[in-house]
Amino acid sequence: MQGTGRLDAREESLRNLLNRGLSGDASAYHAFLQELSAHLRAFLRKRLARLPDEVEDLVQESLLAIHNQRHTYDAGQPLTAWIHAIAKYKLVDHLRRRAKRDLLTDALDDEFGFASAADSEAAEARRDLGKLLAKLPDRQRLPIVHMKLEGLSVAETARRTGMSESAVKVGVHRGLKALAELIRTEA
Amino acid sequence: MRTDDLVTMLATGAGAVQPNQVPRRYAIALGWGALGAALLMATLLGLRPDLGAAVLRPMIWVKFAFVACLAAVSLLAATRLSRPGLRLAWVPSALGAPLLAIWLLAAFELTRADDAAQRAVLFFGDTADSCPLLIALLAAPVFVAVVWAMKGLAPTRLRLAGATAGLVAGAVGALVYSLHCPESGAPFIGFWYPLGMLIPTAIGAVLGPRLLRW
Repeated sequence: MQGTGRLDAREESLRNLLNRGLSGDASAYHAFLQELSAHLRAFLRKRLARLPDEVEDLVQESLLAIHNQRHTYDAGQPLTAWIHAIAKYKLVDHLRRRAKRDLLTDALDDEFGFASAADSEAAEARRDLGKLLAKLPDRQRLPIVHMKLEGLSVAETARRTGMSESAVKVGVHRGLKALAELIRTEA
Repeated sequence: MRTDDLVTMLATGAGAVQPNQVPRRYAIALGWGALGAALLMATLLGLRPDLGAAVLRPMIWVKFAFVACLAAVSLLAATRLSRPGLRLAWVPSALGAPLLAIWLLAAFELTRADDAAQRAVLFFGDTADSCPLLIALLAAPVFVAVVWAMKGLAPTRLRLAGATAGLVAGAVGALVYSLHCPESGAPFIGFWYPLGMLIPTAIGAVLGPRLLRW
């Protein structure tokens, strides 16, 4: 019972950050994602104890999923349950894909891969999202590069790319979804 | 890309999110789906010719209420299944209430019937062989629309979500079908209607994991 007070306080602060983020406060949203990634890392590390190399990949995949699906969070709903449901869904999906891949390829790959990086800090992901990003079509990639990586405004991005402002917004939105899809189908 | 960089990337220019997207998406889906089902019904089947007289009798309202209750409860289940971390809680058992009500009414009608021949008429009506299939047919556009709505949200129990999408589609399809259907026996409605709704439900359960992944 002693831990619950601290947990509640943490849930409260996370929820507060997310709600502010959802109403447009970018720095609150940044702080939310930052705390969330630490939370996800702990959550997934416990559940992927035998595959420590893959923890950070899944942290990133879950972060992207939570960002893409953030409109499904209802302000009255317990936040931790929502986060854990998404992370668990991605974890199960990841393990299923992995099992399928292991069936198709040789188990050799596993024997080498296992112990090698088990002691690393796991801050580095094995999969490079930057490389996957490069595979997106221009109408999605350019808005993401200009707006989300270079921090330009919608208007500036529209000017640079010759796209309309609404096409830029749609491009970012669909691009991030496509990125999640690429992770699912490629990894 | 390091995780910190990903966090920065996701947060940059993220902007505000419109609230109430779950109800909004379902409202759009139901609007288009019901419209599609109504057009299908109007072109392929037509309204029942005695609809004007039928709405003056209670049985058609019993039928509407039965199907509408199933549609409402399954819709509530669908919206919950579209949000990660929400429990279904009492919702599935609430599906039992309209079923139980119609079965009680059916039992009452059957016990009051004079003989086996009349009971058979109450149960089979004139259209038992086509009713479930036509309900499933009218459910098709609604199913497509509800799956679209779910795909834009975040179902995590895909088979159950697919089945529920099918049930919503079946119930809305049945609601539209009831404007065509000439039957008025509670035993007929209590058996053939749910059977028709179970067809898209089963299809949804089979296709859910493939259709709804994200």
